[in-house]
Amino acid sequence: MATVPIPRLTPLWEVFIRSRNGLAHKHVGSLHAADATMALQAARDVYTRRGEGLSIWVVPSTAITASDPADKDALFEPTGSKIYRHPTFYEVPDGVGHM
Amino acid sequence: MAPTSITTTSITLGETPRIRALLARADDALVLGHRLSEWTGRAPLLEEELALANIALDLIGQARALYTATGQDEDRLAYLRDAWQYRNALVMELPNGDFAFTISRLFLVSAASDRYWRAAMTATDPDLAAIAAKAEKETTYHLRHAAEWLIRLGDGTADSHRRTQAALDALWPYTGELFEPDGLGPEIARADWETTVAPVIARATLACPADGWMQSGGRRGRHTEHLGHLLAEMQVLPRTYPGATW
Repeated sequence: MATVPIPRLTPLWEVFIRSRNGLAHKHVGSLHAADATMALQAARDVYTRRGEGLSIWVVPSTAITASDPADKDALFEPTGSKIYRHPTFYEVPDGVGHM
Repeated sequence: MAPTSITTTSITLGETPRIRALLARADDALVLGHRLSEWTGRAPLLEEELALANIALDLIGQARALYTATGQDEDRLAYLRDAWQYRNALVMELPNGDFAFTISRLFLVSAASDRYWRAAMTATDPDLAAIAAKAEKETTYHLRHAAEWLIRLGDGTADSHRRTQAALDALWPYTGELFEPDGLGPEIARADWETTVAPVIARATLACPADGWMQSGGRRGRHTEHLGHLLAEMQVLPRTYPGATW
């Protein structure tokens, strides 16, 4: 059987943008680029075309450690019964305004 | 519009020195912008396709502002002039070639226009100065983008190195025209431009071609055979359907 050569792909990067009125960088998507410099440029060109961003982070996708979806129940289920952790059991005085 | 008027006929222009200078810059931007837009749907990477389209749109925006600064209608200037009325430098109209050629041209041209626009920010012509303030930011990015690619292509594989060197060699004789004074904006010295391009070419492990005989003629309307084909494609719709709108 003939072997098909696998092209040497440029690595994958995750892109985070801090928007004009946002305080934190938010994940917006991913892209392929040869290195960090090119990834930043590509992020600018792909994800900030409509004036979205004031700051860009790019992170190699391989640097992200993700939780296992199979662990979903063990990780997240126990919080379901602890509604007292939500700060909704006290009155916010009117003078405080928007929180 | 009178029903008998034939609007597809090319316009004739009374060219003052100021209009001629603005047209030179505008046509540079429009023709190179059109060439870059030809990569849409064909670029080697999705990311690069958007990058080239963004640069093309920057350049077409610059062309629009410059055409408007002549006091004439931008669409008429873009669509109803023939090749001999275009004032762009010849390097802009050369076919895209391979990706190395496209990047090399963008690099060499942006290095010159970046200096031009930065100096033109203090030009006495208020329109030119205002356009320069916006164009300079755009061109800074075009130069950075092209330079980063040039370094990676030159210092990449044997094939990308060979192609990029061939592109630089082929483009070099077309770079002389970039420094012909336009009589309105700042004069840019070729020696200053070389202090921008030479270190990048060296970092790309490429050789700076020797300065030799330089092509010229675009500013006087003497073009290569490529411009007519480019204009035919760009102008066919407004010349066939005058006044067509979206």
